[in-house]
Amino acid sequence: MFNNPEIIKTIFGRLTLESLPLHEPIVVGTFAVVATGGLALFAAVTYFRLWSYLWREWFTTVDHKRIGIMYMILGIVMLLRGFADAIMMRLQQAIAFNGSEGYLTSHHYDQIFTAHGVIMIFFVAMPLVTGLMNYVMPLQIGARDVSFPFLNNFSFWMTVGGAVLVMASLFIGEFARTGWLAYPPLSNIGYSPDVGVDYYIWGLQVAGVGTTLSGINLICTIVKLRAPGMTMMKMPVFTWTSLCTNVLIVASFPVLTAVLVLLSLDRYVGTNFFTNDFGGSPMMYVNLIWIWGHPEVYILVLPAFGIFSEVTATFSGKRLFGYTSMVYATVVITILSYLVWLHHFFTMGSGASVNSFFGITTMIISIPTGAKMFNWLFTMYRGRIRFELPMMWTIAFMLTFVVGGMTGVLLAVPPADFVLHNSLFLVAHFHNVIIGGVLFGLFAGINYWFPKAFGFKLDPFWGKLSFWFWVSGFYLAFMPLYVLGLMGVTRRLRVFDDPSLQIWFILAAIGAFLIFLGIISMLVQFAVSIMKREQLRDVTGDPWNGRTLEWATSSPPPNYNFAFTPVVYDNDAWWDMKRRGYKRPLSGFKPIHMPSNTGTGIILAGLATAMGFGLIWYIWWLAAVCFVGLLAVAIGHTFNYHRDFDVPAAEVSQVEDARTRLIAAGAQS
Amino acid sequence: MTLATVSTQSSEPVFHVIDEHAHPEGASTMLGFWIYLMSDCLIFAILFATFGVLGGNYAAGPAPKDLFDLKLVALNTTMLLLSSITYGFAMLTMEKSKVGATQAWLVITGLFGLAFLGIELTEFAHMIHEGATPQRSAFLSSFFTLVGTHGLHVTFGLVWLTTLMVQVARFGLIEANRRRLMCLSMFWHFLDVVWIGVFTFVYLLGMLR
Repeated sequence: MFNNPEIIKTIFGRLTLESLPLHEPIVVGTFAVVATGGLALFAAVTYFRLWSYLWREWFTTVDHKRIGIMYMILGIVMLLRGFADAIMMRLQQAIAFNGSEGYLTSHHYDQIFTAHGVIMIFFVAMPLVTGLMNYVMPLQIGARDVSFPFLNNFSFWMTVGGAVLVMASLFIGEFARTGWLAYPPLSNIGYSPDVGVDYYIWGLQVAGVGTTLSGINLICTIVKLRAPGMTMMKMPVFTWTSLCTNVLIVASFPVLTAVLVLLSLDRYVGTNFFTNDFGGSPMMYVNLIWIWGHPEVYILVLPAFGIFSEVTATFSGKRLFGYTSMVYATVVITILSYLVWLHHFFTMGSGASVNSFFGITTMIISIPTGAKMFNWLFTMYRGRIRFELPMMWTIAFMLTFVVGGMTGVLLAVPPADFVLHNSLFLVAHFHNVIIGGVLFGLFAGINYWFPKAFGFKLDPFWGKLSFWFWVSGFYLAFMPLYVLGLMGVTRRLRVFDDPSLQIWFILAAIGAFLIFLGIISMLVQFAVSIMKREQLRDVTGDPWNGRTLEWATSSPPPNYNFAFTPVVYDNDAWWDMKRRGYKRPLSGFKPIHMPSNTGTGIILAGLATAMGFGLIWYIWWLAAVCFVGLLAVAIGHTFNYHRDFDVPAAEVSQVEDARTRLIAAGAQS
Repeated sequence: MTLATVSTQSSEPVFHVIDEHAHPEGASTMLGFWIYLMSDCLIFAILFATFGVLGGNYAAGPAPKDLFDLKLVALNTTMLLLSSITYGFAMLTMEKSKVGATQAWLVITGLFGLAFLGIELTEFAHMIHEGATPQRSAFLSSFFTLVGTHGLHVTFGLVWLTTLMVQVARFGLIEANRRRLMCLSMFWHFLDVVWIGVFTFVYLLGMLR
């Protein structure tokens, strides 16, 4: 029976033994490391009998805080993968001179730069941003959970599903060789007949559903679940930027979904949307994907702006300067982000008028961004600044982001863009704003809110080491790329002819190595902090003398967040409470209504991922079975009408009493 | 939720909701569903835009005038519009808590929906039979994708409708089921509005091209 190729093809689609990249020693080595690590983790979890705990308390949780933490873990794990790609590229470009081909084949190298972009945006920056919003925002508005807790769990697992598909492409088959936005006609079936682009499509589709739903969820949470007294203009700035980011998500991710569906139709059905013949138009794809893609960069950076606003106010010991202008600047950026997409392809040939319009709208965005920058500076002005880690990252951001912003304005000038388009200058620019803006912001946020999530601060020594490695590494890695870009070096090259360029690439590689040390220091920082957690412990729940409501509850907060819903009078609500002699209530607790955990989210996401795998490899039966399974599980879930429970008053009282004792013990020591 | 008197002058400011009631279940559902519909609307917007850009690219193949049968499309449109009206009647009877009448109207809605899908599939089959396949030209690619996506939505709506009828039969018109019927109602009318767009921009304007 198994000699019949037709039957094999029906069962396995186009998946064969040759699909495993056994001829690529680097991939085999990576697989060995990943498999060993994975097996060790699996064995450890089994040995310590943690599976049931993990399933009950984490995988099926609907608690926004735990989901937030899981998003952060996903983002950090994927950062390691994305960075491995980065350092491989840097090494290749540093040695591929004077006739050397380097150590990567073009087949492998093209996958690496595609995977690097896709992973860093979708599976590092997005999970970290969503994770922080998930964790912090409900606490800041005094809510007990998000509006749709089950949906939140489902969204998270869909993001994981997308990441699993992208990771699977490393060991089963291959990833796209098209660049991170998979422009046709290169990504069409004629030029990319293998599974790479299909991994790309289904990885992003599965994750994209999760992102869209999470966006809807968080908008509803902010609109509906704010504590009494918290009007829109009393919301913390991080909540405001979260709101705008989620509006952007809901108003842009469907575009990505739609355009990827059209690309899949071209690939699977043979339609002619983005082909060169039969009336198709590849430029239609480029327009559509950037209508999603440009808002996407603001989706990432707005929450980072929110983090900087919180950090600057807290560590300067002052109310944020220009709260109202900060809010309006955020909203203006949100709107303008839809009017600039064409600046990604000025060279399309749309003519001077169109290019001028989009060049001008792009430059206008620098005005609200500049307003923000001055607001942060004026917040610091005459403040009592504490140079703790979050504040250090904020200052590094301010310096770095201004450089990235200015090169952005340079690129917004269409004639200049005709020269710089597709060069390393562009690569340097967007790394300058994404690392200097988004990533530094996330690191500030992680250092700032870590004590809230775990009850102890992160170790400052290793944190500072990581900070200096990252910041110096960043400048060393990317400033040479500006120079190279101005000299006309285009992006995504594997080998070089001109030996005079090599020194710049070697410098960039050394920079990447410094960033590597920064990442290692950060991991050590986590490990050391966990080991020294008793010394770093904070029992007050307010280690930084914070200003917003998340610092009003214990660290880590109980699953119901607040024993009593707070009442808000000021936009620095917690600061206001402290100033007016707030006393923690010690009695009179009432039962609290909370959502119950459910395993439906992880099951649905697992089925969606398996369906994606079936579609990638043309294993049609698997895709069909999973699709029917998805429908059945989803419908079955709607027959469960009892999704909440009450935390009894006695239990609330017990938790709160334990905290009272801890605070008393902390005050004595 | 009772807030004890909130006054900035009082020496004892109130920092907590003393007597708190949990948010009623599904309090955010309508807002959430509206936002979902708008995100779905965006998917249709992209498909309309794609049709707008590529809809004239016949690649020397058949054009709307060769393919569309406006009478059939008018009949089809009638089916969908009628289904929206009957869904409205279902909601009216739901407000009066009449389970039987609600179910009856839902069945009628479903039948109109099925008729719509049947006619649409006949039209598609006819076009494909004449060689006007989605692969033939960018016009046909975008036509089939736009109209087909709408059809898929209607199909999904029918699955949802059936599920809700089972749930109403089993659990009655309880609060949760009313909320779900309301969501489906919004979904169903939304598809109607999208179809008006399809009818106008694809069929009527197509015949004028």
